[in-house]
Amino acid sequence: MAVARTVPNVRPADTARRLTWQEILKARWAYFFIAPFYLSYAIFGLYPLLFSIYLALSDFKGLGTIRFVGLDNFRRLALDRVFWQSMENGVLLFILYVPVMLFLSLVLAVLLNSGRVRGFRFFRTLIFVPYITNMVAAGFTFKILLAKTNGLVNIALGLLSIPPVPWLEDVWAARISLSLLIIWAWLGYNMVIMLAGLQTIPADLTEAARVDGANSRQAFFHVTVPLMRPVILFCAVMSTIGSFGLFTEVLTLTGGGPMNATITPIIRIYGVAFGSLQFGYASAMAYTFAAIIFMLTILQYRFFGREG
Amino acid sequence: MLSTRRLVRGLTTSLIYLVLILLCAFMILPFIWMLSTSFKMPDEVFGFPPVLISRKASFMNYTYLLEQKKLLLIVGNTFFVSLSSSLLSLFFCSLAGYGFAKHKFPGRGPLFSFLLATMVIPGAVTMVPVFIIMRTLKWVDTFLPLIIPGAASAFGIFFMRQYISSINDELIDAARIDGAGEFSIYSRIILPIISPGLVSLGLIFFMGSWNNYLWPLIILKSPDKFTIPLAIASFGGAVGLTNYNAQMAMSVISIIPLLIIFLAFQKRFVEGITAGAVKG
Repeated sequence: MAVARTVPNVRPADTARRLTWQEILKARWAYFFIAPFYLSYAIFGLYPLLFSIYLALSDFKGLGTIRFVGLDNFRRLALDRVFWQSMENGVLLFILYVPVMLFLSLVLAVLLNSGRVRGFRFFRTLIFVPYITNMVAAGFTFKILLAKTNGLVNIALGLLSIPPVPWLEDVWAARISLSLLIIWAWLGYNMVIMLAGLQTIPADLTEAARVDGANSRQAFFHVTVPLMRPVILFCAVMSTIGSFGLFTEVLTLTGGGPMNATITPIIRIYGVAFGSLQFGYASAMAYTFAAIIFMLTILQYRFFGREG
Repeated sequence: MLSTRRLVRGLTTSLIYLVLILLCAFMILPFIWMLSTSFKMPDEVFGFPPVLISRKASFMNYTYLLEQKKLLLIVGNTFFVSLSSSLLSLFFCSLAGYGFAKHKFPGRGPLFSFLLATMVIPGAVTMVPVFIIMRTLKWVDTFLPLIIPGAASAFGIFFMRQYISSINDELIDAARIDGAGEFSIYSRIILPIISPGLVSLGLIFFMGSWNNYLWPLIILKSPDKFTIPLAIASFGGAVGLTNYNAQMAMSVISIIPLLIIFLAFQKRFVEGITAGAVKG
């Protein structure tokens, strides 16, 4: 193994450079180990990202030559009512299901963690199980349950003398049905994450608050919630990305909803790209979508991520 | 005073139990209905009054799937794709995680930050170009696009690095002094120690691949290559033409393997999910 020898007349910069190259050589195994990721990303990540920009500025329709058309796609996108409806749906869906789901999962986690309820494992498992279901199966099952004529839910409502609800045919009912499906699927997941977060909070903190005279609700809002902020933020960010990225559950349950009431950006991009093969236009759409999501994520972290 | 407090506490606890049980019923109901419909005849799907176990209950839908709809082939496809992509990913992610966790090398910080940054980019942007690449490679309608691109997953590397960091350095240094090569340190020392973590991560990969719909939908065209979610969707047609019973039967089948795995490895599952969300 070569040993670095200080040679007279050598400048410090040269020694530093030689040392770095030697470091690199010495650590060559580490570079080998991490190389597959960068290689894979170069091919399936970076190159597509750049190619996508090129596509976004073209009118490539899957076959033939790629013709440069400048910002035409973006001009078209600005007027694309379906796309902007899908973005609006993302926001609406977010409002419909995220606060409820996060609040519920936190409360459930606190309840189960408090030791007041026996059968912790049982409840946790049961609430978590929907998460492992694939969304195609879940979507079709919900479709059957929510069918307007003789779907189980409407039959049950009928027992209470409530007329059948058009769960999947009415604009807002469809959005609510979708929210129910998503909450069903993801409540357990969020609850488990909250539980893990709760377990990092020392029990004496809540105890101390109690001793100081706070009742359970005050202890919850003033001690537990602030300490859980990073975890809640994590779940919120995941849900944001999730609510805009919905594809399978929407396609299966409503197909995009009565009159695009539940269509999501991904469904729109997919339809444009693989339905009508407008690769160029779809790329422009995808890029705009990604940029918006990216900004939303950054905003969320800026706004709510401050260490309290 | 004291007994009122205890009464209120008792009532609240009962209320809590009630809510929990109602919630669990909500969680379980779809599964029960899925199971029930899978044993029914087509005309009973929306029958009134609703029945849980019909008088005409039979395995007809399941045998239909087996004999006429190549059930075994489709389950086999899904198993193959999920297993190979999980194992491949586990290999590359644990290797890279070891590289980042236990080696100091120039550029380690920036390289890792770059890796983290790639996780923020929504997948929608690369959907179209990657498809075009696959088409050029003639990989469309094969399983390769479902296995290879995700092999070195940034999340997986992040998870493994975190996991491996906690291994005692002395163990590795001792092996290095003894002259062991880096790869054999990886295979003989690191891998056995991190095997619980490998299970956790593997479960996440497996489940993600098993339930994946969008990417197989884009890539796979021949019905013979379908994975389970694709097959379930293939039964859905226009209203009146949908074979709900077969759909539900296939859905039941899609859930059983994951359910078994989950129940067997609950602790590992939870560990995999909470990593990255919760520190420590």
